Amino acid sequence: MARVVVDVMLKPEILDPQGQAVQRALPRLGFTGIADVRQGKRFELEVEGPVDDAALARIREAAETFLANTVIEDFTVRVEDK
Amino acid sequence: MTTRIGVVTFPGSLDDRDAQRAVRLAGAEPVALWHGDKDLHGVDGVVLPGGFSYGDYLRCGAISRFSPVMETIIAGAREGLPVLGICNGFQILCESHLLPGALTRNDHLHFICRDQRLRIENADTAWTGSYEAGQEIVVPLKNGEGGFVADERTLDMLEAEGRVVARYLEVNPNGSRRDIAGITNEAGNVVGLMPHPEHAVEPLTGPTTDGLGFFTSILKKLVNA
Repeated sequence: MARVVVDVMLKPEILDPQGQAVQRALPRLGFTGIADVRQGKRFELEVEGPVDDAALARIREAAETFLANTVIEDFTVRVEDK
Repeated sequence: MTTRIGVVTFPGSLDDRDAQRAVRLAGAEPVALWHGDKDLHGVDGVVLPGGFSYGDYLRCGAISRFSPVMETIIAGAREGLPVLGICNGFQILCESHLLPGALTRNDHLHFICRDQRLRIENADTAWTGSYEAGQEIVVPLKNGEGGFVADERTLDMLEAEGRVVARYLEVNPNGSRRDIAGITNEAGNVVGLMPHPEHAVEPLTGPTTDGLGFFTSILKKLVNA
């Protein structure tokens, strides 16, 4: 089975307080030099059958209607090489 | 004829009983609706209560929005069915695109629970007719993801069209843009509110009884219709 990965991230203009909290915690743990952190979601979809253009179009539709809220989030869809 | 107001229970709803109680105290008949049942049982209006439907999985309200009952409610709301979404219900209304914008993690990352002062900005909606525009009320607020966000153009449109229903006073508890606590759709039949008027309907259990107005408003609206 092929794996399709959907990454969902808050749009750049939307405040990400979780990412900020992570960023602020890093130097306390000795991880310096990280200027910014944005936190997102990754979905791994195991697809039955061929991942052709039609299958990818359906997955994009699923991402747009369900996996991401496009009011505040952007998403990317890619086929993962195994 | 008694006015019948449906209150939906999703898996993970918390405030459905309080909402039913508020409906009853306002003088209407509460009707329990189930997320898996498309049938609205002939109710005159619907309350989507607070809680953590579907465990807030994926995003708050994102899964509830596709439940069978919401299919009927979304279609009904577009035809004028009065719908009030409180807290998680507000999140569901935004996820359903019945209301613009989205609710995001509180800017300070803490769950907040406090008695919150609000100003009713729009007293012409189906759910706010019992108030005066500019009236200040105090009702409980409790949320982890209550920050209202929308792009500047949408915020300007909401302001210009008078669709901000309630605004936070004194403190902005969650980072909501322009202190917005509640909004309405263009027609005024759909209202989303982050604070909880259903917890402020009796002196024994609430900080005030200021919240009752949301429920008497709909009764007045439907009886006069």
